[in-house]
Amino acid sequence: MKKVQFSRPLFPYLLLVPQLSIIMIFFYWPAAEAIRASFYLEDPFGFGSTFVGLDNYRDTLSGSEYGRVAWFTLIFTTLVAFFSLAIALLLAVKADTVLRGARSYRVALMWVYAIAPPVAGLMAILLFDQRLGPFTHMAQFFGWDFTLGVNYWDTATAMVIVSVWKQIPINFIFFLAGLQSIPRSVREAALIDNPNGLSRFFSVTFPLLAPTGFFLLIINITYALFDTFGVVDLIHKGEPGNNPVTLVYKVFLDGFRGGDLGGSSAQSVILMVLVLILTVVQFRFMERRVHYN
Amino acid sequence: MNLKSVLMASAFAFAGTAALAEKVEIEFWHAMGGRLGEVVNEIAVDFNESQDDYKLVPVFKGTYEETLTAGIAAFRAGEQPNIIQVFDAGAATIIGAKGAVIPAQDLLTNNGIAFDANDYISGVRNFYADTEGKMIGMPFNSSTPIMYFNEDAMEKAGVTPPKTWEEFASVTAPALKEAGYTPMSQSHMPWIFTENFFSRHNLPFATNNNGYAEGETKILINNDAIKAHFTSMKEWIDADLFGYYGTGWGDNAKPFEQGDVAMWLGSSGSFGGLSKTAEFPFSATYLPYWEGVTSEPTNTFIGGAALFAMEGQPEDENKATAEFFRFLTSAQTQYFWHKETGYVPITNAAYDLAKTDGYYDRAPAAEVGIQQLTLPEGEWTKGYRMGFYVQIRDVMNREYAKFLSGDVSIDDAFATIEEEANKLLARFAKTQG
Repeated sequence: MKKVQFSRPLFPYLLLVPQLSIIMIFFYWPAAEAIRASFYLEDPFGFGSTFVGLDNYRDTLSGSEYGRVAWFTLIFTTLVAFFSLAIALLLAVKADTVLRGARSYRVALMWVYAIAPPVAGLMAILLFDQRLGPFTHMAQFFGWDFTLGVNYWDTATAMVIVSVWKQIPINFIFFLAGLQSIPRSVREAALIDNPNGLSRFFSVTFPLLAPTGFFLLIINITYALFDTFGVVDLIHKGEPGNNPVTLVYKVFLDGFRGGDLGGSSAQSVILMVLVLILTVVQFRFMERRVHYN
Repeated sequence: MNLKSVLMASAFAFAGTAALAEKVEIEFWHAMGGRLGEVVNEIAVDFNESQDDYKLVPVFKGTYEETLTAGIAAFRAGEQPNIIQVFDAGAATIIGAKGAVIPAQDLLTNNGIAFDANDYISGVRNFYADTEGKMIGMPFNSSTPIMYFNEDAMEKAGVTPPKTWEEFASVTAPALKEAGYTPMSQSHMPWIFTENFFSRHNLPFATNNNGYAEGETKILINNDAIKAHFTSMKEWIDADLFGYYGTGWGDNAKPFEQGDVAMWLGSSGSFGGLSKTAEFPFSATYLPYWEGVTSEPTNTFIGGAALFAMEGQPEDENKATAEFFRFLTSAQTQYFWHKETGYVPITNAAYDLAKTDGYYDRAPAAEVGIQQLTLPEGEWTKGYRMGFYVQIRDVMNREYAKFLSGDVSIDDAFATIEEEANKLLARFAKTQG
């Protein structure tokens, strides 16, 4: 086979310039700037900038609060990723078998995806309001003295519920597509071999869904780590107080609200490293166990 | 219409706006939402109509924290407004950044406007001044925490507003609880129960003359009097004698506005809004004090915010800013602002005008803030100046909330605040070096 070759060696690079420049300007430059800023201590207005070496990292990691925030982020991410995947999978499996009105049923499950995070946050504030919230009243009916903004774990519960609710539709869409791509012949063969629906699901359907599931797991972890910012911000209503804080939100609090750019940059570099490790681990160790056809 | 005529028309349109824009336009970023924002806009209209040379454009930028952040970002990008409103907790940040602002005092005198610090009421004079007493920020919405009370509730319970916390605990609160009310709530623990706790009881809040002197400051928060106060607060909450609804200002104010809570510690600047929302007769009085701590309670700090003229603007715009400051501090404008919002008048002339107009005969509660600010001063009641203070307040709120929900002991909570605050202060001192 004849190779297609450009006659001028520089030409392909020229074609790459638009994409590379976008990556440079929007990804590498800010990242490099964050790394640089993390070694400096600067007054908020940017007059005096002192090189402090690793002091920002030391101050960040030695603070008692940072460990608490990291611990909460871990719990939060696990809960959000698990529940949004599990509920979406259940709904997808059930929706897959619906015969009548399947389309409207699916649309009903998907529309939540179109809600912007701030709107979701506002709805949450109304739902969980201390005095007027229907959820609060419901919890009180069951003897749970739910107080958003006062009790740390009650506020965390509200954050998890809203974040999960917001993420279910996209997981649902992917799971449904994944289910529908499983060949009919395989399902029919399984139906003959094994009459038990649950065990058939775990031995046949679930493994065949693994590529979708793996992809969604990564998407959901990054969602819980980063994209829940809007929900956290709205539930805080401008006052962090003793409300749960995720690592990303703390970067914002210290850097923007507090004006400590060095400390905040150090935290974002730590976060960058975490994401890097996470990506490597996921692709190295987990992908091997997933069967793509 | 062909292309040429479209171009002609737009050229004329541009020429038209250019002709109208001969006035020097200055931008004013503020954090006054709701009713307060409307009053700011009214003042801007009044200023613009009062003369022909300048045009003030007020821009609402969100909360105090958001406004300061927006101002910092804009300054770093060289796009700063002419005037920015910065709140008490942000004072150290903006005053510490030498070269970010033109001291209000210099701005006025350089533009030929007379300035005398003694024109300003005593509680206001020092807070936004530098070490030498030069006024850097122009006090704008000055408030102080006061105690509002629902008159119906007090009557029903047969009590009067408590002068001391001892009276609150033994007489007022149990009677109000008996009458079916939650006796009290407050909206800002760092401001009301910390900063002003130190001021009201004349206790030092930080080393270095409460942080006003140069050098590294240490917070003096780990103090038995304030620890006893918070211990009592938790006991009251547990006994349903006090309502705690989280850190949010509104979450704690709402139960009072709706008549469930009988007394509310809020800002004197809340008066205007309350007059419109509360459907019961209410009044206000001084913040209670602990008789066990002091027998001579002193004045409180001013809170609220000041206006700062930002550096890097052309001369004619600075002149416009100075003229606006002159307009703003005039007795008439101050009286109007005071009446509409409840913020205290910042000059003696405005205070006198309100008095001679008989305003306080009609609305005695409106005078409480300024009276409390002009109570006898103590050594430690002029104010405080600490860097990264927004974060320090956040640490206080977090630890107080942890203590109130029973997660940490009082000693641990205050030890954490002290440690983290001192760490932040040390970091801030380094940025100033």
